[in-house]
Amino acid sequence: MIRARSLTKRFGEHDVLDRIDVDVPAGGFLLVTGRNGSGKSTLLRLLAGLSAPTGGELELGVERAAIGFVGHEPLVYRELTALENLELYGRLYRVPERRERIGMLLERFGLWEARHQRVATYSQGMRQRLALSRALLHDPELLLLDEPFAGLDREGADLLDEELSELARSRTLVVSSHQPERVAALATVRLELT
Amino acid sequence: MTGYVQDVAALARKDFLLELRTRETVPAMLLFVVSALVVFHFALPATAGESERVAKGLLWVAVLFTALLGLTRAFVAEREQGIFDGLVLAPCDRSAIWLAKALSVAAFLVLAELVAVPAFALFFTGVDAVTIAALALANLGIAAVGCLLSAIAAASRTRELLLPLLFLPLAIPIIVGGVGASVADDPGRYLAFLGLYDGIFAIISWASFEYVVTE
Repeated sequence: MIRARSLTKRFGEHDVLDRIDVDVPAGGFLLVTGRNGSGKSTLLRLLAGLSAPTGGELELGVERAAIGFVGHEPLVYRELTALENLELYGRLYRVPERRERIGMLLERFGLWEARHQRVATYSQGMRQRLALSRALLHDPELLLLDEPFAGLDREGADLLDEELSELARSRTLVVSSHQPERVAALATVRLELT
Repeated sequence: MTGYVQDVAALARKDFLLELRTRETVPAMLLFVVSALVVFHFALPATAGESERVAKGLLWVAVLFTALLGLTRAFVAEREQGIFDGLVLAPCDRSAIWLAKALSVAAFLVLAELVAVPAFALFFTGVDAVTIAALALANLGIAAVGCLLSAIAAASRTRELLLPLLFLPLAIPIIVGGVGASVADDPGRYLAFLGLYDGIFAIISWASFEYVVTE
């Protein structure tokens, strides 16, 4: 699914990623760890196609439409409701049976009751859950989660633990985390960035 | 093609909805254009309105700077909330993002002109059908090139400085064509010039937007 050889990303004179090699088979779970500034987010952005590598090779066994991405921002409009945001992404991703899928995800992540509220009124944890709903809306084959536990309360983190266990059974996951112990048991491949 | 149109419609609808909710751009544009015309009215000698070229030139200056105000706001939500990533990740053609934004900016500009033209007639002189046609063509060109430049500027820390510096030089042909169409005896060639400008910059912007929104 993912094959990287000597993957390098340079910003100016600074090598953020320096010759990274990694292989993740389809259905695998890559756990990316490392200190702040070690390039975890940069790696996930490269995998998502949001950034181009400076050097090396990167092969993904999926198309852009089959990638789900959760970054540091929830990537939703604060002045729209959760329902309106997911409707927009659902249209752009051509999600079949869009309304049913959106309803199911909002229920699953405990946002159904708040679906008509503007995202600006959401707590950090609710926004993160909405970000996960958005990323899963098109049922991606490859899911990239950059610090998914950041900002989640205990209840949200526990919910995410359950979700990750479930998701790891059905798709390829790449997770970067400051709390690797939460998902270490699920990981089939580990990459520590220095 | 149908999918592309649906993407543009969904993205444009989102822009209109955001403006209805926040009311940050259109009211500011309306207030700005009326204020600019009032300032011109009091700043210039009373005889300024008697010269058609001077008067129509003022209208075009007011419209251009009002458009700049709208363009400055065009990608604020995407920039401040990091949503460019979400839109770029979607499997739709990335030029749909530009086209939807250009349509919404053009619509906001039309709303501003619906107020600006009567205000201009009140303070200076009436506006004929040719000038209206020139404004319509100019709106398309402003929106096309302006949204591309606004997206470029959005990636910069000095975006508020960068956008006028990029946009105003490229808007000079719009002023030349617009004022020319408004005052010339033979406005046809100026209207054709504006149409050509729209076509060229629409194609350039459409084709290059993808490279603007990816790192």
